[in-house]
Amino acid sequence: MSTIPASAFLSLALILFCIGLYGALTKRNTVIVLISIELMLNAVNINLVTFSKYGIKPSITGQIFALFAITVAAAEAAVGLAILIALYRNRRTINIDEMDSMKN
Amino acid sequence: MTFSGEFFAFMSLALVAVIGGVLLLNLTKVMHMIIALVFTFISIAGIYVLLSAEFVAVVQILIYAGAITILMLFAIMLTKHDDASEAQGTIWRKLLLLLGVIGFAFAVYIGIYNFNVEQLPSHLHENNVLQIGKALYTKHVIPFELTSVLLLVALVGAIILAKNDEKEAHKE
Repeated sequence: MSTIPASAFLSLALILFCIGLYGALTKRNTVIVLISIELMLNAVNINLVTFSKYGIKPSITGQIFALFAITVAAAEAAVGLAILIALYRNRRTINIDEMDSMKN
Repeated sequence: MTFSGEFFAFMSLALVAVIGGVLLLNLTKVMHMIIALVFTFISIAGIYVLLSAEFVAVVQILIYAGAITILMLFAIMLTKHDDASEAQGTIWRKLLLLLGVIGFAFAVYIGIYNFNVEQLPSHLHENNVLQIGKALYTKHVIPFELTSVLLLVALVGAIILAKNDEKEAHKE
């Protein structure tokens, strides 16, 4: 039995998600935007693991889902950084405001 | 809410996690931002231990604090990173975004602040790795095998995207 209420974990995940959201929307450097997205995915994983313990019917499935989410996030980071490197080789910039060649 | 050791551990881990996130937003050098985020990732692993998910905690340290951080550091080293991340956007845009994010946080917080399901005794902490292994290889075996295909596709795709094309280089 735990003495910490579930809402404490959910609030922590909410704060981390909001930090990641703000960082992803305001930062100029594309690497920082990618890592802010990783922070948001981490907040989602905290929610999944919390509900695997505090849910109406506690079970291991929430942790399994979190493991799958971590796997997909790692694959996403690798492909995203490969796209970033290819883009940097062609355009010589990692500023996200200058990546607008599909706009006009 | 009693002031137990568990509560103290949760508060300190949550504090380190949030401070790491705030430093990510406020530091100017890109390298320092990533180092600050490592603290967040490690304290999230501690939070997983509090939630009796030891295996997820170890995976978190291995993949996030290890692999993804190193990957991001390499990406920063290989690209231009000396211009810090200058704030050239207007102050109004940032202010509006901040208001929007705070509004979102408030709306979600109203939904969760008194969430309290009656806590049932769980057996997640006994033989955690054994339970995860059993569930992965019986109930979730098809998604587990599909994950290997996904990782292979990501590996090949990342190599092809980042590979320096010889013919293209000759043309230029």
